[in-house]
Amino acid sequence: MKLSIDRSRIPILATLVAFVLLFLAASLRYPGFFSLWVIINLLGDNAFLGIIAVGMTFVIISGGIDLSVGALMALSSILLAVFIEVLGLPPCVAVAAVILIGALFGFASGTLIHFLALPAFLVTLVGMFLARGLALVVHIEAMAIHHPLYDTLTAAAVPLGGGLRIPITAVTFLAVVAAGTWALGHTRFGRNVYAVGGNEEAALLLGVAVARTKVGVYTLSGFCSALAGVIYTLYNSAGDSSAGIALELDAIAAVVVGGALLTGGVGSAIGTLMGVLIFGTIQTILNFEGTLNAGWTRVAIGGLLLVFITLQRFLLRKS
Amino acid sequence: MGRRTSDVLSRPAFWVGAALLGLVLVNALVTPGFFEVRVVNGRLFCTPVDIVHQAAPVLLLALGMTLVIGTGGIDLSVGAVMAIAGALAAVLLTGTDLAVPWILVGVLGAGVGIGLVNGGLVSILGIQPIIATLILLTAGRGLAQLITGGHPVPFERPAFQALAGGALLGLPITCFIVAGVLAVAVGVTRHTAAGLYIQAVGDNEKAARLAGLPVRRIQFGVYGCLGLLSALAGMIEAADIKCADPSNCGLYLELDAILAVVLGGTLLTGGRISLVGSVLGALLIQTLTTTLLMSDIDVAYNLVVKAVAVLAVCGIQAPTIRGAIRSRMQRGKATQ
Repeated sequence: MKLSIDRSRIPILATLVAFVLLFLAASLRYPGFFSLWVIINLLGDNAFLGIIAVGMTFVIISGGIDLSVGALMALSSILLAVFIEVLGLPPCVAVAAVILIGALFGFASGTLIHFLALPAFLVTLVGMFLARGLALVVHIEAMAIHHPLYDTLTAAAVPLGGGLRIPITAVTFLAVVAAGTWALGHTRFGRNVYAVGGNEEAALLLGVAVARTKVGVYTLSGFCSALAGVIYTLYNSAGDSSAGIALELDAIAAVVVGGALLTGGVGSAIGTLMGVLIFGTIQTILNFEGTLNAGWTRVAIGGLLLVFITLQRFLLRKS
Repeated sequence: MGRRTSDVLSRPAFWVGAALLGLVLVNALVTPGFFEVRVVNGRLFCTPVDIVHQAAPVLLLALGMTLVIGTGGIDLSVGAVMAIAGALAAVLLTGTDLAVPWILVGVLGAGVGIGLVNGGLVSILGIQPIIATLILLTAGRGLAQLITGGHPVPFERPAFQALAGGALLGLPITCFIVAGVLAVAVGVTRHTAAGLYIQAVGDNEKAARLAGLPVRRIQFGVYGCLGLLSALAGMIEAADIKCADPSNCGLYLELDAILAVVLGGTLLTGGRISLVGSVLGALLIQTLTTTLLMSDIDVAYNLVVKAVAVLAVCGIQAPTIRGAIRSRMQRGKATQ
């Protein structure tokens, strides 16, 4: 039997191989690294980054970019804290309100990008200033959240048996990845996202609802950023108006390492999951190493980006 | 007459200049002491001069960025290169006996080298500029942390600090640096073929190559120049605070620089550059910041006001809105 691999799958396979190698190398070096605990922690610690990265995956596949995600996450987290602590709203209402605001924010960005034909880079950059500024206006520093229901949620975890429990943050992350995979692969919206990213003009001529798709991906990214803000408050038991500085960069890097093309048309939620896991593994290795300079994380991610982008470049050139 | 007016009105640089002038006029009326001139230690202090001084790093970045964007490229790594340059300078200042001029030359050389790496990724490997420079944006700040050992490095060396704090003829040295770079950039792009070449590459890279232009050399050139200017900006910022801070030096300045360039009317798609527009754009951003700081408005609102102002200027320049305004003007003319 001849083993044949579709050329377009090579980047995502390379990501998988990179993650496995990285994890095995770390397991050999550090006793206690090779455990489900570490993987569960990877998912939990990077849940808010991962959720944002899934939203970013849609935007990047559509050929756009969203720089406002980190700031929007901070705005959502601080709004949630204020809604619960200052206004005394019940957590469910507060969460729903925050997510609605996030989605509307993304909707506004998408509308400006599509209908005013402004560069996505510019509009979401302004969105980043606006969201960060609003967060600082709402409350200039971090605010702890104390609410009985919230405390229960923070501690909530799904038992896996054998004493292992997955925290609710990790569960949400995995659910978002699953939903993203389903939406990209099995819905009309998902197909439209790929079509618009592949060739916007051709998609328009083929009758794809380009406007709805483009506004849709930014709305989705806004929704994901707000959800990440909620997860952030669960993870830290507080909202913080200066959370997520430069997080948009980590999210874009995770999506690209996960096999998406910044030119649009290629990418997957599973790939992004692996990109986030690679990101988390590098950070965990640095934690295990202890004394190492924090600069190595960024250098390692940059090196990985270079390898993946060059790899993609040569694959594309040949095909 | 009418035609010329609409020509001027359709120039984005005109709108930025108008916005800047408007803001200065508002300040003259509202902000007490905006034009007050004081002389301390032989150096002139007045708000407009301070604005140019404080905008110097962004101005330098914006000038280099204009050339890069003119070729249809973009460089996201300038802030990270600033951090590397600051770190390198601080380590050389504190760890070696090198004379300050050699340190300046060395760090500027390193900046050019980094710029050439970006140029190589774009021109030889053919990677999209936004992606190629994303690599260094991610890794650069980490490299700066590795250079300093992960912590800010304070230093004390008057000869180096003069880069930001020095004065000449009563004006800050930074004003002369910016003016010099602007003069060279305008001179080279207007009076040699370089400006034409840059815009030709940005307009249509393939056509430029077929026409026999040295496209790769032009790309190497613009990224190299931007690397040099980023290193200079990084050293000015480090000299200003007498410290190299690898995690905060130049943070988000790539965004300010790109914003300044776009506000000034240089197209992000390449093919048209406006160096003066970029300078006006950078000054507008800084004047806005200074105005907000001098006003009674809560500091927390700064970013919000900045965002709304930028959105307004971008909106005026948006193709669809400009088209709508133009067709309305023409309709108005037709009914007359």
